[in-house]
Amino acid sequence: MFRFLLGRLGLLIPTFFGVTLVAFSFIRLLPGDPVDLLAGERGVSPERKAEIMAQLGFDKPLWQQYFDYVINIFHGDLGISFVSKKPVLVEFFTLFPATAELSLCAIIIAIALGIPAGIFAAVKRGSVADQAIMGTALVGYSMPIFWWGLLLIILFSGILQWTPVSGRISLMFFFPQVTGFMLIDSLLSGQKGAFASAVSHLILPSIVLATIPLAVIARQTRSAMLEVLGEDFVRTARAKGLPPRRVIGLHALRNALIPVVTTIGLQVGVLLAGAILTETIFSWPGIGKWLVDSISRRDYFVVQGGLLLIAGIVMVVNLIVDVLYGLINPRIRHN
Amino acid sequence: MKMRKTLKAALLGASLAVVAATGASAKTLVYCSEGSPEGFDPALYTAGTTFDASSKPIYNRLVEFKRGTTEVQPGLAESWDVSDDGLEYTFHLRKGVKFHTTSFFTPTRDFNADDVIFSFERQLKKDSPWYEYTPGAAWEYFNGMSMPDLIKDIVKEDDYTVKFVLNRPEAPMIANLAMDFASIFSKEYADQLEKAGKKDMLNQEPIGTGPFSFVGYQKDAVIRYQAFADYWGGKQPIDNLIFAITTDASVRLQKLKAGECQVMPYPAPADIADIKADSNLTMMEQQGLNVGYLAYNTQQAPFDKVEVRKALNHAINKQAILDAVFQGSGVAAKNPIPPTMWSYNDAIKDDAYDPELAKKMLADAGVTDLSMKIWAMPVQRPYNPNARRMAEVIQADFAKIGVKVEIVSYEWGEYLSRSKDVKRDGAVLLGWTGDNGDPDNFLAVLLGCDGVGGSNRAQWCNKDFEDLIQKAKVVSDKAERTKLYEQAQVVFKEQAPWATIAHSTVFMPMSTKVKGYIMDPLGGHWFDGVDLAE
Repeated sequence: MFRFLLGRLGLLIPTFFGVTLVAFSFIRLLPGDPVDLLAGERGVSPERKAEIMAQLGFDKPLWQQYFDYVINIFHGDLGISFVSKKPVLVEFFTLFPATAELSLCAIIIAIALGIPAGIFAAVKRGSVADQAIMGTALVGYSMPIFWWGLLLIILFSGILQWTPVSGRISLMFFFPQVTGFMLIDSLLSGQKGAFASAVSHLILPSIVLATIPLAVIARQTRSAMLEVLGEDFVRTARAKGLPPRRVIGLHALRNALIPVVTTIGLQVGVLLAGAILTETIFSWPGIGKWLVDSISRRDYFVVQGGLLLIAGIVMVVNLIVDVLYGLINPRIRHN
Repeated sequence: MKMRKTLKAALLGASLAVVAATGASAKTLVYCSEGSPEGFDPALYTAGTTFDASSKPIYNRLVEFKRGTTEVQPGLAESWDVSDDGLEYTFHLRKGVKFHTTSFFTPTRDFNADDVIFSFERQLKKDSPWYEYTPGAAWEYFNGMSMPDLIKDIVKEDDYTVKFVLNRPEAPMIANLAMDFASIFSKEYADQLEKAGKKDMLNQEPIGTGPFSFVGYQKDAVIRYQAFADYWGGKQPIDNLIFAITTDASVRLQKLKAGECQVMPYPAPADIADIKADSNLTMMEQQGLNVGYLAYNTQQAPFDKVEVRKALNHAINKQAILDAVFQGSGVAAKNPIPPTMWSYNDAIKDDAYDPELAKKMLADAGVTDLSMKIWAMPVQRPYNPNARRMAEVIQADFAKIGVKVEIVSYEWGEYLSRSKDVKRDGAVLLGWTGDNGDPDNFLAVLLGCDGVGGSNRAQWCNKDFEDLIQKAKVVSDKAERTKLYEQAQVVFKEQAPWATIAHSTVFMPMSTKVKGYIMDPLGGHWFDGVDLAE
């Protein structure tokens, strides 16, 4: 197991350098630069532009800028946002809890509904219920997130008025952000009704963000279950007279979960991508919206720092999934 | 570090207590703003969203625009004198003006001349310790308004008198000083930050003399302000002002309808009829101080010929553009300045839509089989909600007179940069929103000879026009300036460096409970003097 872990950790090093290179070059390959965008229609004189570019260090040769960027990463310095003038790391960790909270809620919803739905569809293969579940999953998977979010807002917040339209908590609550996780902070604040308000604000964005992973998990669970249900050991379990619940819940599900765990791990990347749209619709102050704004403003340091941090998180989650996968599937571990 | 955090939490708690204390009967106005401020030092930025959140609620300027107009009135300066040669502006400052007291700053003195000098010298003097207090401090507007070339010196005559000495007479000087970049900062606060090695906080925890003091900003989510009890202009009718940052226009409207906010800017054009029909909402509207145009490259053949430019102008069906692109929220433009601006020459007749005449004029100019490019901006701007659609309408119009059009576009930064090129191929769709209500801010910036290769996208330098606007720049008599600008517009129309397209209308939906809101022709959003009915 130790060697397995070491091997996986060893892979992170080239991935890290690959990510720094991609993050660094991606934003610079895009046409346009931050100074032109800041100046807008008015424009800026070439002399003044050169002065500002020099102030920001963008006049140095590219290799040197990249070298500085990597060296600074090892010093824990990801640079300062050209726009907000705040350190990238500070901005990231101010906003990340909002994205993490939303993503966690979404993945919990996706797992809690997706796995049972997949199992049910597999067990009732070919039935109307199976077709309904898989049909719904296909619709969910193909749903344009922006449209779906707006539809839910208009229905549940506008017409029925069951949930708030957007934001993380009612504006009447104002307390220091201790952890950045609104559910925890609202409890810590001790203010009556704060927690309930935070929960009510989480419902719609979590559902919207969970939609695609939910569909993927349900479909993956169904196909994995179908495969496992046809295996010899399941037939043996049935033949020896085990009740169906034990056959499905214990023998079949444990084996079927192996690919599902991988799928769930991969969904972390999908959640972060989906968060960009969900955060925009629900005015959710997370890293998705922050990064998109920074790309359109060519805020180089934010983009290269933010991408690196997100990639780091995805890498860590994938590492955890690999380890979990190894734990539940001894064949991988031993190979 | 931990101690600092604890202290910060305690201070925040204290400020919360202040908010909470007034909580029971407090009037809170929530504004669903369209985006996040980039920071809170307005001199560092150029975006209206940032100005709405910083300079307008928090700061004052020596002079201010009278609400709802582009007229200048006293602000932190009670009065001012201009020397006969137009080179010296002496400001007599208001006494007894307090800076905000917050959890992070307690002023020990009133506003005085030191604050004025600090606020400008940090942008002017490269040796000021504040010139590069934050990375990439470009002082964009200060430079854009040519202030470094214009201001020779700023002199403190006494604690309440400041003199600006200029290198040349500049009639729009007073209007420039009412702009956001000219907001007055507290030198005492800046000194305190410098001493603590926390200069960057000037852009994050602002202190001003304005109607609202800053309470807190939760990035990309909420900005909180409190009415400043000691405001020199009197306490505000509301107690708290909150900006709920909501970037999507449809979501803003849902929030407004659900009562989660009371005012919102920039509704989606498709929602306007729905809002007007809602009895719980009021829709204010005003013509924007802007112009959308198509700039020919007057240095490239055949667009160097006036007859060709005129012919093309006659081929454009502006009404079709207003219907298709502005969906009724705009008016056709005939001059390069909007009708709400002083000196607008209403006597000028627009080039009427007449494809037959256009065809004949082109033939007379000896131009046949003309192919050209039209540049369409990739972004939505107040003066042009859909440049691609506008380009398509013009493409269809030009096809009717036998002119083939290829529509091109670039990424926004690239578009702005490439369109400045004197050798640019094609006519560019672009526009302008006024900064200070002075015609010079349109005519000199967009059509003056200095702007060729820069903000003058027509690359047009006409001696008659230039003489008129340069003369108007140095004359201080408004009536005389008006005449000069009126003549300049006549030259512009004859020479047709642009096809003037439209001036857009700005809409502002709000709850019927909101009282006293006045729309700003310059596009800003102000909440001083605004009240909420019970």
